[in-house]
Formats: sequence, C-alpha cells, structure tokens
Amino acid sequence: MIDRRVAKARSPIRSQPLQELDTIAEIPKEEYVLKCSSACAGCSDSLALRYVLKAAGPDTVLVIPACCTSVIQGIYPNTAFNVPVYNIAFGAAAACASGMSNAFRGAGKKTNVIVYAGDGGTLDIGIQAMSGAFERGTDFLYICYDNEAYGNTGMQRSGATPLGAKTTTTPTGKTDFKKDIDGIIAAHDPPYMATAAAAYPQDLFKKVQKALSFRGPSFIHVLAPCPPGWRYSTEKTVEMGKLAVKSGIWVLYEREYGKLSIGAQSKVAMKKPIPLEDYLSPQGRFKGIDPKNVEILKQRIAKNFAKLAAEEASS
Amino acid sequence: MFEIRIHSRGGQGGVTAARLLALAAIHDGKYATAAPFYGAERRGAPIVSFVRIDETPIRVYSQIKKPDMVVVLDASVMDVVDVLQGLKSGGKVLINSQQKKEFAGYAFCNVDLTGIALREKLVVSGSPILNTPVIGALAKMGIVSVDSAKKAIREMFTDERNVKVAEAAYQELIV
Amino acid sequence: MKKIATGNKAVAEAVKQVVPAVVAAYPITPQTEIVEQIAEFVTSGELKSRYIAVESEHSAMAACIGASITGVRTFTATSSHGLLYMHEMTNWAAGARLPIVMANVNRSLGPGWNIWAEHTDAMQERDTGWLQVYVSTVQEAYDAIIMAFRIAEHHDVLLPVMVNLDGFLLSHIMQPLDTIEPGDFIPPLSLPYAIDVTNPAGYGGLTGPDQHFKFRWDIERSMRDSVTVIEETEKEFAKRFGRRYGFTENYRCEDAEIIIVSLGTLGKETEVAIDLLRKEGIRAGSMRLRWLRPFPDLSLLKGKQVVVIDRDYSFGRGGILATEIVAQTKEDVFSVIAGLGGQEVTYEDVADFVRKRRVGTEFWFGVNANV
Repeated sequence: MIDRRVAKARSPIRSQPLQELDTIAEIPKEEYVLKCSSACAGCSDSLALRYVLKAAGPDTVLVIPACCTSVIQGIYPNTAFNVPVYNIAFGAAAACASGMSNAFRGAGKKTNVIVYAGDGGTLDIGIQAMSGAFERGTDFLYICYDNEAYGNTGMQRSGATPLGAKTTTTPTGKTDFKKDIDGIIAAHDPPYMATAAAAYPQDLFKKVQKALSFRGPSFIHVLAPCPPGWRYSTEKTVEMGKLAVKSGIWVLYEREYGKLSIGAQSKVAMKKPIPLEDYLSPQGRFKGIDPKNVEILKQRIAKNFAKLAAEEASS
Repeated sequence: MFEIRIHSRGGQGGVTAARLLALAAIHDGKYATAAPFYGAERRGAPIVSFVRIDETPIRVYSQIKKPDMVVVLDASVMDVVDVLQGLKSGGKVLINSQQKKEFAGYAFCNVDLTGIALREKLVVSGSPILNTPVIGALAKMGIVSVDSAKKAIREMFTDERNVKVAEAAYQELIV
Repeated sequence: MKKIATGNKAVAEAVKQVVPAVVAAYPITPQTEIVEQIAEFVTSGELKSRYIAVESEHSAMAACIGASITGVRTFTATSSHGLLYMHEMTNWAAGARLPIVMANVNRSLGPGWNIWAEHTDAMQERDTGWLQVYVSTVQEAYDAIIMAFRIAEHHDVLLPVMVNLDGFLLSHIMQPLDTIEPGDFIPPLSLPYAIDVTNPAGYGGLTGPDQHFKFRWDIERSMRDSVTVIEETEKEFAKRFGRRYGFTENYRCEDAEIIIVSLGTLGKETEVAIDLLRKEGIRAGSMRLRWLRPFPDLSLLKGKQVVVIDRDYSFGRGGILATEIVAQTKEDVFSVIAGLGGQEVTYEDVADFVRKRRVGTEFWFGVNANV
C-alpha cells in the first residue's frame, strides 16, 4: 500500500463516541506520566503530556525527538512514562512516526502514534520531516508543545521565540517574529488541527481525543510556559498560560476539515482582551522590552484576531 | 570474448538493443553482459552501449576499447563520432542505412531498419523502433541464433510486430 | 527461466522475495531503478509491502527505524549524498540494534557533481555499526541482499546490513540472474525487544556514562559474533542454492607472490589482469574483499607483496582499504588510488600497477606519481 492513500480519507477510525466532559473530575484516573519523571518544578510540558496520555490511553506509542521530554522521561534503566516511548534524533520524529504508523497499520493495529515534540524539533530542525509526513497523509498525531525556545539546552532562541523575548542567543531580545507554524500546517490541509494550552487541560484532553478519532495526520500546538526559560516563579505556570489566552497572544481554536472554530476562552479575549503588559511583565524574558515592540505585538494580536474571526465567519 | 559497441542517440533504443542481444546470447547458452555508458540522461545525444559475449563468465567491466563489431543505429552519429575507433582489423560493422557504405579493412553490412519499422508502423513517441529489427540483422550476421533472438524479443515485448520486424531485417540483410 | 537483469533490478527482485513490511526510500542517481522497481512491485500488488515515499534520505532511515522497532522487516536503498544525508540515522539504526537492510549504490561525493562509482560514500559509514558487504556481479547483488536479511535478523547480530554495489558499473550493467525462492532460509522476523503496548518500555532515552559504554561494547560483541553468523549463512546458502561466497574471493592466490586486494567490480576486472600477468610469468593473485565490516582475517596476505587498489581516499591519511590492511598485517603495501569518480580502470591498467609496484609507496592513477 502506498502511504499517500490515507491522505484524504475522511472517516473516523473509532466506533465509540468521544467522551463528553463537563468537569475535570471526569478525566480518567489512570496516570501515564509517573511520579519518577525528572521535569523541572512548574513544568507545563509534563502537565500537558499528562492529559495527552490520559486522552490517548494505553494503546499508544510516543515518539519524541531531542527535547525537554527526553529529559523528563528519566534516565535509563528507568522510564517515567507508562506507554512505550521511542526516542529519535532531533529532526526525525515525524519520519520515524511515519514508519511506525505504516508498520502498525500494515499489521492491522490501531495503536496511536503520537509525536510529542518541542518547538525546536517542530518549527526548526524537524519541519522538513513533519511537512513530508503530513503531505503523505501519515496516520498519526503530531503534538508540538511550545515553550518558545530550546529549553533543555538552556533557552536558546528558536523559530517559536516571540519578538522581544530574551534568550541566551538573543540577549537583548529577539528581533524577528515567531514563525507561523499553524499557517504552515494549515497549508497541508490536515483533517484536524488545533491549538491548546497546558493551562486548559480539559480543552487539551478533548482535542487530543478528537484528533485521534481522525484517520490521517492531525496536529495540536500546545502553549507550554516554562518557568526557568521565561523567568517567572514556578507556581505561576497555569496562570501564565491563562494570561497568554486572555491577552490574545495565544488563541485557542480548532480546524476540522478546514472549518475553523474559535474556543470560548479566546472568544472572550477577542471581545475584550486583558492588557498585553499583564502577560509580559511577570516574565523576566520580556524585562526591558522596547515599548515599540510591545505595540507591534499588540498590532499583530489584533490582526490575528481579525483574520481568525473572518475565517470563522466564512467557514 | 566477442565485444560489440552499439552507437545510437538517446531514446533510440540502443540500450534495449544491447539488452536484447545479451539475452539472446544467454539463450544460446553463452555468457553475456550489456552495459550502457551513462552520462546524464539526454534525449537525442549520441550514446554508446557495450555487449560482451563469451563462453565463460565475463569479468571485465571497463569500456570496450577494441570491439570486434560496431553497430550504428543512427548513421547521423557518424558525423560527430568516429564509430570505427579501435575496431579490430577485419571487424564487422552493421549500419542502419539504405545506402551501402564501404570502409577498407572491415566487413560492412547495411540494412534499412528505420524503413522496416515504419512499414510495420512500429513507432513510439514519433521514433521508429530500431532495437528489435536490429536483433534480426545481428542474427543474420551469426552473432546470435534466430530462435534465441525471437525468444529474447518475445520475453521483453508483447507486440508480435517486434518479431516480424526482426524477421524482415533478417531477410533483407545481405551478408 | 534464464533472466537478465541490472544490478539495481536484481536488488529489487531480491527485496520482492524477502517481502519487507515497510520500504522507505528516496530516489538518487544511480539508485533510482531500485526504488522505481519496488514502487512498481508494490503498486501492482506483486509485493505486499508498504512503500513510503519519504521526502529525504534522513527520513528514509528514520522511517525504517520507526517501522523496524514495531518488529517488522524493513528495507531502504540510497547512494552517495543520500547515504551521507542519512548518516545521523545510520548511527541510530545500529545503536538501536535494528536489522534494517540497505542497498547502497556506491557513487562519489561532490563537489563537483559526479554520479559515477566511488567507495568513499560507504567508507564514511564504516564506524557506524553497520555490517558492510561489497558485491561484484548482478547475481551476487541479489544473493547478498537475501543473505543480508538473515544475517541482520540473527539474534547474535541484530545489526543493520549495507550491501554495496558500484554505481553504473554494476547498478546498470545487465548480466544473467538466477532468482530463488528463499523459503525458510529467511525465517519470520522475531525482534526480541519490539514495541509492545502491553509491556511499555522506553527506547533510546537518557543513558548515563556508567551505562552507555556497555551498549557500545554490546555492538562490538555482536559485530564479532557476526563473523560466525556470516560464515554459517553463506554456507547454508551454498548448500541450498549452490552459490558459494566468503569474506574474500581469492583468485589464483595459492602460489601467488603478489596479491592485489580490491573491492567491488574492480575485483573481477583484476582477475583478468591476473591471467595476463601469469602469462608473463608474474605469480600474482587477486583477493576481492567482500566484507569490510566485520573486517576479515587477512592472514593470507602475510609475507606476500600486497598491492591494494582503493576507489576511495581519506585525505591526510591514505587509501582507506590500504590503511586498514596495513593496520592488520603490520606490513607495507603498494597503495594504488584508482577509479575515483568513475575513472576508467581496465585490467590492463591493473596489470600495470603490479608491474610498476613499489611497496611502501602510494600511487595515484592518472596523476602518475609515486608519493
């Protein structure tokens, strides 16, 4: 079978209905991120992964390139994840998952193949392999948890670092914009793609379940604030994600067969966003940011709101 | 070892002719190799292919420098390439041409392969097929047996006209 | 039925017999015919594999790794720049102990662009943990691919195998080919550590200094054990299918005073040179090295005058094969560098290397200088 075959297949592969959740208490109790993980205090990558795996369940293989998660999983001979985890080189996660998905499907197995990759492994070094896997219609879920820099090597800039943010390789603040990976993914026209944030676990949980119900490639872009990298205190991780959504710098939405729906939290923000400064000022990485850059960021938020609102209205 | 160099232009079937000839020789119970000399793939450029036939396994991979025979599928190549280069004294030459050509010291034959192909309307992408009639001509010259030539053609082509043109070339070639 | 096939076609035919579950490959000259033929077999249903038309060689090897770890058989093919582009992943494949089989059509490296035969591409992979075999005929290419799966998948080995064939010289030449039905010569793959969702495990995660060297040693131990597995496999192949192979192919070496060592098609051309030299009263023999990794025991060369032909080079050091042979035999050789970038080397040239040999020196054919 040629891999391309699945590209435009439009039928969900699961027969059971998706779980409808009203409260966080209804999320399964099973834990797949175990207590021996070696995440930093206040890490939202492992928080997001906890809900990703709860949504995916035990018939799942995680493919991870070099990223924070390859540290969080613990040190051989231990593993902190209660699903099989395949580690692969930095730029190769989507290609590895492509082979894995084909092997499982060829053997008649429905095992979920989930790439869980950072922004560097997605927007930068891994973009070619990811683009190829999406173009070939690979049956997998690609999750990019985005902490907006190369985290486990000590916060160097990535394509996801926003304008004005200080990293160890942009000591006076980044002078370029954050790469629009969602626009790039959308151009591949996958059956399902969404944005999410570790700060909204129920939303993330539902989106993962939904993504896995589609045959073919799906994508979820998760904002994952990072206390040491963004320089805020660890207890503020959830708050930071919420401020990102409330200020509109991060918008929650999903696109199903190209049809956009903006999340309720972001709709509120679109009507009346909180001042962007409320999001920027608790973060050390934006300390001393040029006020002109803050204005540019605000303009881009407004522009993005308008673009998404128009798309939702027309779709 | 009998060494043949085939001159043609890219897209004329010189490589397939070499392959058919080697296959026919193998059917005769001999050892054979067919090797195109490759550059970048360019339609219309002069190319050469090599066929070696022997009673024992062939261990030579380098190009044929002193052929026992030269086959010219497109006579226009002779304007730009010295097709007789290195040809052994008394060596055989087969040219796809209506006109008889003579060069001292070599055993020349000519046959109108293009005309034969056109008569049978054996044309692909505007080019008459030369690789199957030439095998008939080569059989007439005793390089391979007629039976093996037909067998090789039938293995590689389903259209029976390919055998017909080989038979025509066999008839029309005067040795 | 007697068949005739190119080296590339023979590789594809062998793959068809072995039926890998997943083939992931990217086209590159002069390997293209392999992937075209496999894609055709898959499309026509003759080969029940999944063919992943990846967007690069790096992804080809990554996809093979991802498929292989689920416990299925995988294959890829590449050449030259493609092989170097997947270099990161070839290391990964061996380190992950995955029995992936790859055909590499040997071709030189740019710049300038050159598509012809050279061994430097595969030589740059010699430290990755892949087993490497170099073949010299269409039949041998076919047989080597089939044997490669059995060797790679043997539990004493569990390392990937690269089958090397010379670009154009072998990939595009048409020679007789006898195909076989491998039957239980290739038993079903059982990968002892394949992914099992009912028994979750981590693969290739963080490994500290107190553990990492053990995995490296384990690769080396398997590489050493592979010698026996290769011998047994080739013996069994000869028993079943009648064609005998070894670590080297020796020609008229029994009473030879001079032995020429080479790889690939040059090894066959050298046999013709040997016949020529013997007629002149020069007692020469040819040793065509087949396996580069594991590197064979070459004690046969002890006390002989050795001429090594390298179709490769390590700048600042020398011909790679010559260097390896000197390191093993502790004796000087006459090192000839010839055939780079498809440079034409005939049996007459090879005979001339022997006639003009100066043991202890290096000779660049075409540059015409002993250095």
